[in-house]
Amino acid sequence: MDFFLEIVVAVLLVAGSLMSLIAGIGLITFPDLLSRMHAATKPQVLGFLLLFAGLAIHLRSWILVPVLVLAWGLQLLTAPVSAHMIGRAGYRTKHVAKETLHVDELKRVISTHSEATGNTGAVTRIEGTKADETENS
Amino acid sequence: MIETAVWIGGVMLALASIACLWRVFKGPSILDRVLALDVILLIISSALCLDMAINRHTDYLLFVVVACTLGFIGSVTVSRFVSDQRNA
Amino acid sequence: MQPKDLTPRDQRIDDALDTSGVRHRATFKQEWPLLLLLIFVWGALWQDFSIGNLLFGAILSIIIVNLFPLPPVVLPGRINLWYCLKLFIWFIGQVFAASVHVAWIAVVRGKKARSALIAVPLRTESDLIVMTVGHVLTLIPGSFVVDVDRSSSTLYLHYLDVNSDAEVEKARANIRDIERRLIMAIGSPDEYEAIKAEEGPDFSTRRPSK
Repeated sequence: MDFFLEIVVAVLLVAGSLMSLIAGIGLITFPDLLSRMHAATKPQVLGFLLLFAGLAIHLRSWILVPVLVLAWGLQLLTAPVSAHMIGRAGYRTKHVAKETLHVDELKRVISTHSEATGNTGAVTRIEGTKADETENS
Repeated sequence: MIETAVWIGGVMLALASIACLWRVFKGPSILDRVLALDVILLIISSALCLDMAINRHTDYLLFVVVACTLGFIGSVTVSRFVSDQRNA
Repeated sequence: MQPKDLTPRDQRIDDALDTSGVRHRATFKQEWPLLLLLIFVWGALWQDFSIGNLLFGAILSIIIVNLFPLPPVVLPGRINLWYCLKLFIWFIGQVFAASVHVAWIAVVRGKKARSALIAVPLRTESDLIVMTVGHVLTLIPGSFVVDVDRSSSTLYLHYLDVNSDAEVEKARANIRDIERRLIMAIGSPDEYEAIKAEEGPDFSTRRPSK
């Protein structure tokens, strides 16, 4: 049984580290900022799940489980938010490579909304984007 | 068994951090660099997990928790700074 | 300021229009999940779940919540634990799939990877569900949120590996499937009934269209 658990731990640790390697490869090979965001967020969450599971099984202690759940939960909550913030800043400051996009519906929405003034919820965002565009041109 | 796994994992983490450092060096924008540094922080946390596994202790556990929050605060701060700078 | 008695949709529009800077204070009924979470954090960090420690954690969390007030989260008031469990298991599976997907595209497509920015209008009117959909879809294969239009519950996503208009439609259907699962788990009764009516009698077993 112990030998079996040891094999499981070894596999979990190697797989967890592999996820970091995937993130690294993704950071190098993807062509633009928004695609790299996928590589930076997704594999790491799974990687920590595997590493924490391996650690908990290896140390065989239940009192560790709440801390590991907390660390992983924080990861789950924070990774999407930071990806969203970086992606939003990247889109607004024109760091998006347009030629890698198949369609860009956000741009379409922004250009139609800048003429109509009805939608109060989106006005601040549109004004910011318009300022960016005039500054760039 | 565990030793071998930790060695393999360590080599992978080293390669991953080299890849991230290359992205930090290459850029092209500050957001790419922040993203890569964020990933490096997570790689360091993974390395601490491996260390805890091979040496059978739990000293770094809270650092792993703190690192998750620190990376979040750092990237949010920089991205807000970047968008404010352009809008001003 | 008196707490207003509003439906979620009115509350959201009210918040979006409110420029006075006055903060709404959350009531205890809206805040108890946050308090429980903070007590759990305290216990987990001390690695000690004895009664005394938890009580001290509770006192600290009440102080923190009152010192740093957050805007209230409108709870939908309905939870289905069975669908929550199904959602969680499906989510873990999707997290595994996401890593494999990213690895596949990073190694095979590399620099040729094309993507799309798409708009997905959601059916829900609850901030909580819009936020949860955003979190879930960032962690599952293919997508992450670039921008949100709160007044119309529209998410603007970056979707990886999209090469044709048919794939755009498929992506949109996937996101609406996440929303369906979340409404089934924690949506308000009205939205749950609407989803049931939309999907037909065998909705809980239906597979997402591929």
